[in-house]
Amino acid sequence: MRFFADQLVFGLTQGAIYALIALGYTLVYGIIELINFAHGDVYTVGGLIGLTLIGLLHVQGASIAWVIPALVLVFLIAMTLNGLLGVVIERVAYRRLRNAPRLAPLITAVGVSFILEGAIFLVKGPNHISYPNLLPSGNIPLFGYALGAQNLIIVVLALALMVGLHQFIQRTQIGRAMRATAQDRDAARLMGININRTIAVTFFLGSALAAAGGIINGFYFQDIVFNQGFQAGLFAFTAAVFGGIGNVVGASVGGFAIGIIIAMVGGYMQGGQQWSDVVVFSILILVLVFRPTGLFGMQVPEK
Amino acid sequence: MNQKPAGRQGLASRLRRAPGRGVLAFSTERKIPYLLFGIALIIFPLVDPYSPHVDFVADAGRWILLALGLNIVVGYAGLLDLGYAAFFAIGSYAFAMVASPQFGIHISFWFCLFASAFVAAFFGLLLGAPTLRLRGDYLAIVTLGFGEIVPRVFRNASKFTGGVNGIVGVDQPKIPSILGLHGFSFGFNPVPYYYLMLVIIILCIFLINNLRNSRLGRAWMAIREDEVAAAATGINTVTTKLLAFALGASFSGFAGTYYASKLFIVTPEAFSFVVSVTVLLMVVLGGMGNMRGVIVGAVLIYFIQAYLLVQLPGWIASATAALNIGFLNSIDVGGYVQRSTILIFGIILVVIMLLRPQGLIPSAQRKVELELGTTEEAVSDLRGSA
Repeated sequence: MRFFADQLVFGLTQGAIYALIALGYTLVYGIIELINFAHGDVYTVGGLIGLTLIGLLHVQGASIAWVIPALVLVFLIAMTLNGLLGVVIERVAYRRLRNAPRLAPLITAVGVSFILEGAIFLVKGPNHISYPNLLPSGNIPLFGYALGAQNLIIVVLALALMVGLHQFIQRTQIGRAMRATAQDRDAARLMGININRTIAVTFFLGSALAAAGGIINGFYFQDIVFNQGFQAGLFAFTAAVFGGIGNVVGASVGGFAIGIIIAMVGGYMQGGQQWSDVVVFSILILVLVFRPTGLFGMQVPEK
Repeated sequence: MNQKPAGRQGLASRLRRAPGRGVLAFSTERKIPYLLFGIALIIFPLVDPYSPHVDFVADAGRWILLALGLNIVVGYAGLLDLGYAAFFAIGSYAFAMVASPQFGIHISFWFCLFASAFVAAFFGLLLGAPTLRLRGDYLAIVTLGFGEIVPRVFRNASKFTGGVNGIVGVDQPKIPSILGLHGFSFGFNPVPYYYLMLVIIILCIFLINNLRNSRLGRAWMAIREDEVAAAATGINTVTTKLLAFALGASFSGFAGTYYASKLFIVTPEAFSFVVSVTVLLMVVLGGMGNMRGVIVGAVLIYFIQAYLLVQLPGWIASATAALNIGFLNSIDVGGYVQRSTILIFGIILVVIMLLRPQGLIPSAQRKVELELGTTEEAVSDLRGSA
């Protein structure tokens, strides 16, 4: 039972990270129907920006009075910068192809993914880079189970970001514009919505959340490497599809579900660690084949 | 959106013009450069046998073969396959498992060359049958997932595949003695491999050319342009797409057998996502849907990858040494150049798609489609966020 609880907590924690990445896929797909292959690498860049900021702000080993405001700063700046990266990618690589045949932006997205990964590889090299864990390390007793404080903080932080995003989409003017654009771009334009700005905001939000995911991932696994975004991106995309792509709540739930599945496969299957990605990709294929709308997805009209 | 109606008229009239020029309407004069080039390819190893150059060119052939196969899927049928290396892996492993000390089985290379093409095609069918009903972008991600699963299975199922170390000691092709001619084994001599590859590629070019102009080939292009219209004219879109998938996969089966035999070893690392994207890059750079373009694209990318980026650090090192530029020596330019392959490939891919989506040597028809857009409308989902 204890082992099960450990795996569950581990699964929820890494699931929170996948959920944060999955939101980016789902937002972008919802609004322009593009599988943004570069998103996984945007996530890696976000983690690296965070690492750089932690160094610049001398967070490591500082007193608690500085660590907390500094961490808030790290998250805010990294999320903003990464959000801008997403906006730039959309402006340079995707906008021109918005009305091109669907193959074109997909191939471009693969190219952008290679550019980001190649750039990180060029600068940082092939080795794993160690990441400081700035989260508290203690345990919180909960019904006789010692819950790691960092696990709790990660899940709560991720949930807060998800709720924030959901409220943003539901309550604000620009959020309403996003929903309108996702429903019918031409009609939205006729209603006076600035389509380009709305899509740019979508990319900004997705990439900013990916940066948060990248930093949290760095804290939790204390490691970052140039190509981590490829696998994480695929896992997160699976999560988005699992929850129903285009659906914000679905992506969040899907992220946690995928995280738990990976943890359970790793914990209970014989030699499970090395099979976990095979299991996840199989889920991806099976969901797409048998239930392409996912758990919470709405019916997508076939063209 | 709003310029589309005008563009549509242009598309129709230009499409009507396109096929006449596209279909092998060569005059005799236009054949001469090809003939000369062919003769040069045949003589080349005789002039310079046993050299690394022959080996280098023979390896280019493998990439050409892969690019030709992927071109059927991406270029003709318009399906984005991001896991093409998986079929290449299946072809390689299928041959390596039955022609190596791994299980002590040694089936003839010549039989396996075709058998593993069938095995790869079979897996193409297996993956394609449930997934080809999906929308184009979902298909891309499914193939990407499949492309990740296959090498991992080969890596993890170490009882059968030797795990991370792969299968070592794959058989070489043997020519049996017939009619008093001495038989021989290919061994590590690149010259027979070179000729074998030349023959395979020429056969494949003939095959693909006929396929493209056949009923099936025309059906592929109809689907690529407008799937709904194609279905309405009586084309069974799922079967047609499946055949594209299976035939495309079978080419990588050929390439896989050749590759495993020539390299003597297969390892799971040789079939990563980068390989799939490299082949895609060759197709995109050369010109989706145009065989000549794809061959040129494959040769160019192979040249960049296997020659330019390998040699460049040496050239830079000697240049900096000769010019005695101190600060350049200290920052290890060569190392950066060697690490830049992924970045360069990504840049080429994006630049081509943005500036010249029809590729360097476009097929007339594909060019019109990419410039004016196909009739495929974006499906706008009705999504209230939760």
